Amino acid sequence: MQDNANTSSFTAVHDHHGEAHAAHNPALLHHFAEPQQQRDAASLGMWVFLATEVMFFGGLFCAYLIYRRWYFPDFAAASKSIDATLGATNTAVLICSSLTVVLAVWAAQTARRTLLILMLGITMLLGLAFLGIKGVEYKDKFEEHHVPGASFSFDHVPVPGHPGEFANPRHAQMFFSLYFVMTGLHALHMIIGLGIFTWLLIMAWKGRFTPEWHTPVEIGGLYWHFVDIVWIYLFPLLYLIDRHP
Amino acid sequence: MSEHSKSSPLKMYFGIWITLLVCTYVTYKAAFIELGRFNAAVALGIATLKATLVALFFMHVWHASEKLTKLVVIAALFFLLLLLGLTMSDYATRLWS
Repeated sequence: MQDNANTSSFTAVHDHHGEAHAAHNPALLHHFAEPQQQRDAASLGMWVFLATEVMFFGGLFCAYLIYRRWYFPDFAAASKSIDATLGATNTAVLICSSLTVVLAVWAAQTARRTLLILMLGITMLLGLAFLGIKGVEYKDKFEEHHVPGASFSFDHVPVPGHPGEFANPRHAQMFFSLYFVMTGLHALHMIIGLGIFTWLLIMAWKGRFTPEWHTPVEIGGLYWHFVDIVWIYLFPLLYLIDRHP
Repeated sequence: MSEHSKSSPLKMYFGIWITLLVCTYVTYKAAFIELGRFNAAVALGIATLKATLVALFFMHVWHASEKLTKLVVIAALFFLLLLLGLTMSDYATRLWS
């Protein structure tokens, strides 16, 4: 298989354009020497995009760290008002979805179409479960008036570990602003991921992916894992600041 | 995938998955134990371990056939640490309040 690809690309380089097409591996684009190089180029491009995403979320994490240093007691009090069990459950849900993604990539590599469809489907269900749990959490915050804005209220909330002290509502509001922006942008990434996976599912259903060409599954998977990694940091930073009694 | 991973990587994938779930449970439980300033260190340490496992084995950085991929990952981390490190060292050493 590898040999085949090499000979065909060799012909492609030396023949005239028109004839080259005939001998060409249909999954291999003209400007690549072999399928492996084509795959590497695609995933390298995805990694460059992910590097920009690291800086995008990095700015938010930086803002979070500065305010956390300034307003630590208020951040601890505000963090304690979020349901840590829901956060931990969501972490587990995303980790399971990362497993199904890596299994989907493996299924595409080894030409297992049914397994690929199954794994893409389960990944999407887990993604939807994540967003559902997130929705429950947001609903609680709306009902408790913890959403920054005119109706925000965080009065007489004790600071963990400091009996008799109450959190400053203005400072707590800063925590919730960061909480909603960071989890909201993360959720937006999840929604985009679900869009990508819907398309992957349709392509897989049509049998478009082969061991030679399944680049979309691979780089879609990279994206999904990256969004998982962002959540791996969001969970302890937002939910577990100062929990112990 | 490189030559030595031609044999089924499934065992490794499930192993990483279990490790990640155990780490999540440990983070969750450790947050409720009084460790002073080490609470944050434990939480971030475990998060970094989990992120590293996902990147190396689920995102195939470890077996990447293209060395440039590793370069991009390291460059991204370098600039992230530059952003966080320089900013936080500034905030930590100035008398703001």
